[in-house]
Amino acid sequence: MSGVLNPASIAAFTTSTDPGMAPVATPFFFYLLSGLAILGGFLVITRRNPVHCALALILTLIAIANLYLMLYAPFVAAVQIIVYAGGIMVLFLFVIMLVSVERASKDRRFNRVWPVGLAAACALMALFVSAFVKGRALFPDRMIAIPEGSNTQQVASMLYGEAGRIGQYTFAFEIASLLLLVAILGAVIMTKKKI
Amino acid sequence: MTDPRALSPLDLETPEKPYLDSNELIINMGPQHPATHGVLRVILKLDGEKVLGTECVIGYLHRGVEKIAENRTYAMFNPYVDRMDYVAAVSNGLGYCEAVEKLLNVEAPPRADYIRVILTELNRMASHQLWLGTHALDIGAMTPLFYTFRDREEILKIFEKYCGARLTTHAFRIGGCLYETYAGFEKDVKNFLMFVAPKIDEYEELLTTNRIWLERTKNVGVISGEDCVALGVTGPVLRASGVEWDLRKAQPYAAYSKFDFEIPTGENGDTYDRYLVRMEEMRQSLRIIEQAVNSIPEGPIMAKVPKVIKPPVGEIYHSIEAPKGELGYFIVSDGSTQPYRVRVRPPSFVNLQALDRMVRGLLVADVIAVIGTIDIVLGEVDR
Amino acid sequence: MPNFIMSYLGSTVTPGEAGNQFWALIYVLIIFAGVSLAVVAMNWFERKALAHFQIRLGPMRVGPHGLLQPIADAIKLMLKEDIIPAEADQFVFWIAPLIGLLAAFTVYIVIPFGPSQAVSDMNIGVLFMLGVSSLGVLGIVVAGWASNSHYPLIGALRSSAQMVSYEVAMGLAVVSAVLMTSMKTGTGTLSMIGIVESQQQQGIWFIFKFFPLGFIAFVCFVIAMIAETNRAPFDMAEAESELTAGYHTEYSGLRWSLFMLAEYAAMIAVSSIAVTLWLGGWLRPFPNLLQAPTWDFIFSLFPGLTFGALTAIAVIGVVRMPVHSYFKVQRIGLAVFAALLGFIALVLLVIAIAGRSSDSTVAARLREGIDYVYWFLLKVAFFMYLFIWLRATWPRYRFDQLMRVGWKVLLPITLVVLILTAIVGVIVS
Repeated sequence: MSGVLNPASIAAFTTSTDPGMAPVATPFFFYLLSGLAILGGFLVITRRNPVHCALALILTLIAIANLYLMLYAPFVAAVQIIVYAGGIMVLFLFVIMLVSVERASKDRRFNRVWPVGLAAACALMALFVSAFVKGRALFPDRMIAIPEGSNTQQVASMLYGEAGRIGQYTFAFEIASLLLLVAILGAVIMTKKKI
Repeated sequence: MTDPRALSPLDLETPEKPYLDSNELIINMGPQHPATHGVLRVILKLDGEKVLGTECVIGYLHRGVEKIAENRTYAMFNPYVDRMDYVAAVSNGLGYCEAVEKLLNVEAPPRADYIRVILTELNRMASHQLWLGTHALDIGAMTPLFYTFRDREEILKIFEKYCGARLTTHAFRIGGCLYETYAGFEKDVKNFLMFVAPKIDEYEELLTTNRIWLERTKNVGVISGEDCVALGVTGPVLRASGVEWDLRKAQPYAAYSKFDFEIPTGENGDTYDRYLVRMEEMRQSLRIIEQAVNSIPEGPIMAKVPKVIKPPVGEIYHSIEAPKGELGYFIVSDGSTQPYRVRVRPPSFVNLQALDRMVRGLLVADVIAVIGTIDIVLGEVDR
Repeated sequence: MPNFIMSYLGSTVTPGEAGNQFWALIYVLIIFAGVSLAVVAMNWFERKALAHFQIRLGPMRVGPHGLLQPIADAIKLMLKEDIIPAEADQFVFWIAPLIGLLAAFTVYIVIPFGPSQAVSDMNIGVLFMLGVSSLGVLGIVVAGWASNSHYPLIGALRSSAQMVSYEVAMGLAVVSAVLMTSMKTGTGTLSMIGIVESQQQQGIWFIFKFFPLGFIAFVCFVIAMIAETNRAPFDMAEAESELTAGYHTEYSGLRWSLFMLAEYAAMIAVSSIAVTLWLGGWLRPFPNLLQAPTWDFIFSLFPGLTFGALTAIAVIGVVRMPVHSYFKVQRIGLAVFAALLGFIALVLLVIAIAGRSSDSTVAARLREGIDYVYWFLLKVAFFMYLFIWLRATWPRYRFDQLMRVGWKVLLPITLVVLILTAIVGVIVS
């Protein structure tokens, strides 16, 4: 928690147009939300009942949405809740409930080769920590300068362009939406008996 | 057209190759169910949401009425008939009295005939109103129920003033009517006619052109005319499938031949057509009542019937057009005061056989609509 | 202390924006109490209105004209035995109504009752509202599953499938409204207060803008919102006469009343959103056209006159009650209620008259605040009546027809309206 979220950089960042947006008790909320996210993730893999796992995943997603809020990205936070917690998790729950639940909760909880998994996870974590420590000089010392008040407008201009220009990511955005459309059509064709 | 006797209830074509969502299950509806109009048990075989076949289990209201008839005299059995189709009790009484009169070779006097026609048509109106209210409630419209019951009250008031009972009226006797029309009967009936004619328009306004009603009832529960005739279905169900057959015109009884009215028929034989046919029948009933009440002849109301009714040995089958279909009485007399056998042909019992034919391929929610549209009364089905 | 209150009344930003946690908390408490009271009143109103549609009277005995009926219902529900199915998942069974309740009540944070009367005016207010109301679906799914019974599970899955489908149409209708906010200024806004203010700037409620585009978008939103809250004619999943008895079958007593509370609160919340987006929120009729102070004064008399009308109705009820010893208590009760309504009417009229100038006196600020809230609530009340009216009049859609309407009818219409709104907006500006 070094150069990004300390009070100095936040004070430097807070624009004069909304003086009331100074954050409150940042370390407390950060630890709380991260703890909740980690707790949720832990519960996902340790609960026996798949529906409990899905609920724990929802807890994690909401905690992450709040972390986005702390990073002054309200648009991303809202979209995370709408799409992830409100849409994807609902469909997860549909699938869990329609497919037999009882059998899944009686299976072995952990695979027999779990030491290998643990070793791989530890190696990954070591990689992340070393990258963070060694490459700290490469991280930006301020947050990206998108003022919170016009977050949505900035994202929109990056995606769609403005004032006659194409945005920075318009092409990628359109390709991604086309890809999603193809995926939807494919899913429909594969599962319907007759269209 | 396949012979319906060759079809077993759960006989069905082999389903298509089962895929992700097919799960055949057998669901039991009732006997306790808010929408089965009584104690009817329907076993549904479903493929996911679609109905593959049904089987009706009846008998929960069986009271042994026909067996009781063998131990009662002809006049004593008269009140029992009302309890079968308790919604249209007057028609039941009419059918039975006319059957026994035929057996006795006695004709009711014309004034009694006119009174009978008026009360029977009022009862047809009441039965159709009850049908409309409950059918709409099953489909989800909760308001027409209260409107039709409110208007039905007026008919029941007339019955109460006439014979003392609202529902199981025991209005007629063998040979005619017992009670003379009370003072103010014609006025009451005429007031009722003026009162109810715009109400039928009100019911139609709520439902007939309503998009949701149309979607719930059009092409739901289709049965063709030939299937109806083969299964023995009668009444508005038959007429909605295009067959123009009404006993009031085909084999006129009571005083029906003297009145001018039409028989409404439908085209497609779906639920919507049955709804329209019954609405139009209500209006035609009003027409009959108006003609009848304006021209009641004077005279006696009871024919010369012996005190102890002992019909000659023989058998008779007489049927009338009850609100739900052809109601028939087959009475075998062995010369004594008690009938040897009384067999009632209830319209709901025979119409219920068409349920299986109507609901193949529909969704579960439609089954309830179709049961409502056949218009069954379990008292009649089970006797 | 009075300075404290005065300084707050004079602020032009919401407590959330001003960073004023104390007032935000007060607002939250007021909203919580107000919504609960509104749900209680809605319960009574629904039973009475439904009954009058069906030529009956509704509750008449419990309190004068059934006014205490909801309280009796609440007490009955609280005293009922709390039955939990044996095989049900205890924790999930307990938490399911809470999720629904949370989602329904959290939406009220962004709903503006006035230009500074909202708990917090986020600049992503619309997105927040959409997101939180989509969390309500989770409560239903989980409730159906936790009951450990076949029929509630099917009912819950159907309910939630219906809600998810209509969220799409709802979101697109909302987007067309948001698009209209950018017509005059060139940049739109997602904040709810900003939407109402842009309606004020453009001088037209969005329901009438680019007629009939705004109206069609409004109608699509209304249909979607009725389907979102599982109300008739889209209530197949919770109707009693169908095979699947709904997700709240196994819930009894207080838990069931939590579901009911969540449903009614969600109804009021989506109605408030419809009012904010299309009907001009807190704006009185013709705020730009009839701008003279006399018009302001006339319109500011409306709250007092409304309560005066309600008082008159109550007084008529008192007068018409039969003079009999059986009715003595009811008569007295109704008279007290009429007196209470009259007192409120009097207070409102006094405030309206005392605050008729537009300086920053206490009375003027109070009057403005009351006016804003009054017009907002009046429009929401119209929507509540619409809900009940539709329930009384129309039959139920079958489930597959319901889904067909959501996907094949509403979605194309909202898309087309969105595109046309954008095209017309570009042409006009």
